[in-house]
Amino acid sequence: MVAPVTSPSFKANASQALANAQLQSVLSGMREGFAARRREAAGQLPEFEALRDSARDIKHHTLAHLDLYLERYVDTVTASGGQVHFARDAAEARAIITSLCQSLDAKTVTKGKSMIAEEIGLNDHLEQAGIVPVETDLGEYIIQLRHEMPSHIIGPALHLSAKQIEADFRRVHTDLPRDRDLSQPATLLAEARQVLRQRFLAADVGITGANFLIAETGTSVIVTNEGNGDLTQTLPKAHIVLASIEKVVPTLEDCAQLLRVLARSATGQEISVYTTFSTGPRRPDDVDGPGAYHVVLLDNGRSAMLGTSFRDVLSCIRCGACMNHCPIYESIGGHAYGWVYPGPIGAVLTPSLIGVDKAAHLPNASTFCGRCEEVCPVRIPLPKLMRHWREREFERHLTPAATRSGLAFWAFFAKRPRLYRLVTRAAMGMLAYAGRARGRFRRLPFAGGWTEYRDLPAPEGATFQARWRGERGGRA
Amino acid sequence: MSSGRDEILSNIRRSLGVSGREAPRRAAVDERLKRAAPGIVPQRGDVTGTERIALFRRYAEAVQATVALVAGAADVPLAVAAYLRDQNLPATVRMGDDPRLAAMPWQETALAVAVGPSAGGDLNAVSHAYAGVAETGTLVMVSGHANPTTLNFLPDNHVVVLDARDLVGHYEDVWARLRGVEMPRTVNWITGPSRSADIERTLLLGAHGPRRLHVVVIAGPSAPLTSA
Amino acid sequence: MPKTSGPRVGLFVTCLVDLMRPSVGFAAVKLLEQAGCRVEVPSQTCCGQPAYNSGDRANARSIAEQMIRTFSGFDYVVAPSGSCAGMIRVHYPELFADDPNWLPKARALAAKTWELTSFLVDVLGVTTVNAEYQGIATYHDACSGLRELGISTQPRRLLASVKGLELVEMTDADTCCGFGGTFAVKYGQISNAIVAQKTRRAVETGASMLLAGDLGCLMNMAGKLSREGHAIAVRHVAEVLAGTTEAPPIGAPKPAEHRS
Repeated sequence: MVAPVTSPSFKANASQALANAQLQSVLSGMREGFAARRREAAGQLPEFEALRDSARDIKHHTLAHLDLYLERYVDTVTASGGQVHFARDAAEARAIITSLCQSLDAKTVTKGKSMIAEEIGLNDHLEQAGIVPVETDLGEYIIQLRHEMPSHIIGPALHLSAKQIEADFRRVHTDLPRDRDLSQPATLLAEARQVLRQRFLAADVGITGANFLIAETGTSVIVTNEGNGDLTQTLPKAHIVLASIEKVVPTLEDCAQLLRVLARSATGQEISVYTTFSTGPRRPDDVDGPGAYHVVLLDNGRSAMLGTSFRDVLSCIRCGACMNHCPIYESIGGHAYGWVYPGPIGAVLTPSLIGVDKAAHLPNASTFCGRCEEVCPVRIPLPKLMRHWREREFERHLTPAATRSGLAFWAFFAKRPRLYRLVTRAAMGMLAYAGRARGRFRRLPFAGGWTEYRDLPAPEGATFQARWRGERGGRA
Repeated sequence: MSSGRDEILSNIRRSLGVSGREAPRRAAVDERLKRAAPGIVPQRGDVTGTERIALFRRYAEAVQATVALVAGAADVPLAVAAYLRDQNLPATVRMGDDPRLAAMPWQETALAVAVGPSAGGDLNAVSHAYAGVAETGTLVMVSGHANPTTLNFLPDNHVVVLDARDLVGHYEDVWARLRGVEMPRTVNWITGPSRSADIERTLLLGAHGPRRLHVVVIAGPSAPLTSA
Repeated sequence: MPKTSGPRVGLFVTCLVDLMRPSVGFAAVKLLEQAGCRVEVPSQTCCGQPAYNSGDRANARSIAEQMIRTFSGFDYVVAPSGSCAGMIRVHYPELFADDPNWLPKARALAAKTWELTSFLVDVLGVTTVNAEYQGIATYHDACSGLRELGISTQPRRLLASVKGLELVEMTDADTCCGFGGTFAVKYGQISNAIVAQKTRRAVETGASMLLAGDLGCLMNMAGKLSREGHAIAVRHVAEVLAGTTEAPPIGAPKPAEHRS
């Protein structure tokens, strides 16, 4: 695992994030924006809910026939002059890409945004091999300068302010005149555009991810708003597509169904600015385009996930809607989750990829409010899958001891109604007496997790069941 | 490499509880690929004629593209020249060797026309769209010497000529047209000029691709004409 | 209390209402009886949701079996909580999905279990209540009720018939208050950040009363509001609909003359 994992210290990460005023101000700006835009885009398309069903069905069908669609995909890529490479794990994927770059004598590599590249920690590996990787998505470029991980799958640098980005540009772009104005997002963008344009033109290899792979035609699909992915894959000698195996879909029509829900769910756009369908390398009568076209297909545990109750996770099309609507994510941002995939999708995917022991917090850090499932374009039952992870943790005794013993104590009484009535009657009586003056507790032993942040309302006194029996004894 | 492939495929099959040889599964896959069923297609694209052009225009303009309508192909060069002049842009354009563009009377304008792919030094490009999709105001470009892909992304200002006869209602209509021929190396769907909101969620145009996208629709003689 | 020939309703009062706020249980009984139901309260504890959401399936199942045995004889089971009703309606069938013996019983109980306001409106066709409250109230949509059971218009419709009550919607009424059961304690700091958003939105409305249909959320919001020093009264929606607001609001002290 190259990407550093801080998921075990989720609580400390969250605590830091909550104390980070700059991050909090960015998060509060995001809070309403994404949700409102998605709501508006979905509202403008009467077929949106039906399209979500269609999108889910396409993914379910493809996953149930994944072996056959992958075989077909390999055939069609090969027929169009491309090459497919299978990588069982992150190390194998890194080795394949590095050796492809070396065989092309590559010095610099431009990169379109790819979560899989983050997952396998590709950049560090390329650098070690003496190849300079340049992220070209504006957000990815900024976080690359800072040696950070993306904080959001579709807005990697959303946690930063323009001021922070200006400081990074002044640090790294050494030929910048001191009096150059970089105080505004627009001037920062102009600077990045100018610097990256030279990188695009100089790159030997372009690496992109893929939003979809189409079995019918051997086509890889990327979706961007900047056009960086297109410059990345069009200008160099070779285009390498890095994608995980579950990205395949059957037909161009199926892809169109999924595209109709992707941008609307992600950014609230009707469709992204650039949707690019790439099939093989430059043709004999082409005047531009890459001379070679390679696809690296990563498994990294996904083929095993197919056989578990977590199969639905593989339906994800990485729109980010679940995090855009998550009260936890909106409070702490993406980095607190401690690895590549944040938010609700990270809470169910990360334990599969780095181990539930390391990621134990993530599926627990949810109120099960259900908003993620409500907006997921492919209807992944995210809360249910988080609960499945909690069950695994409970079975494997990864659940904290205090929680386990608390649960056992409570369940003992909950399973014995008469004893429960007796004990709760006594306990509530005492608690009500203790809290009678204020009607609430500012502090209470064993309830510190609650009373540190808010008062605990005191009980009224006698329990409902006791009062009911007192008032209507004969009828109960 | 092939060992990786075999191992992954057999892992998938173990997880799915299949051998990969089951005839019904193979038939289901073959059938789906052969039928290429369209699925749910939004009704809003079910319009024709000037209504379809209006729908295209509405969605394209909603994402900061500009749209001008001309009656015939012969009117395109003047419309392009007028656009560049209005935007205070130099009277130079680069285009591919598309015969439809080549047949237009560029000599009637003062435009300096260069032909071929872009190496990054061009301010303005002109391309001919393969199709337009009214559903979302999307242009469909296919790669090739006629309309090199570099022209879609390197120049600052991209002017795209769209023949209204190539304007369809839905994405699926494009696939239906393409399915008869070899899949082009690159199919670009373009909806508005390049943009980014990566810095403080501020929407800015011209992130890496064109800052401006102007569409000249050849609407036919009966179309109500407007200028940009 | 009137004996009627209406449906026989088993009140699942929920453990939180049983222990912390019996007034809500009595309000529910009043509303159900006014609508012509025969209400009974069998000996009960909890629906098992804390165990279920903590990954403890074994305890969740045995508590659920106990619930099924307790409530299977009623025409309807009604709870003044979307969360607990949702546990029975949505999650019991899931919990017994692999048990052909219990699954039909779980499904049968699920089919006749309702959250209070949706039972009144959707099943009994109640459109108005006989209650009065002079002032502005705002309503928080508790998540489970909203997303698992579709409860949104029912309580608002009934509130609209409360004389003198003006409902002012808060921004993001349908987003989580940060309670989440044990989440509020296990991840108290994050929960606090979320509930702070919620109380800010509630305060913005200028309402004198904050309502919701789930006691867990109400205790969370009431606890935060009082910690922040806001004087908004917090009540379960059933109390206002039944017109039984004698008990002090959640987390508020009893008036001096009632103290012993």
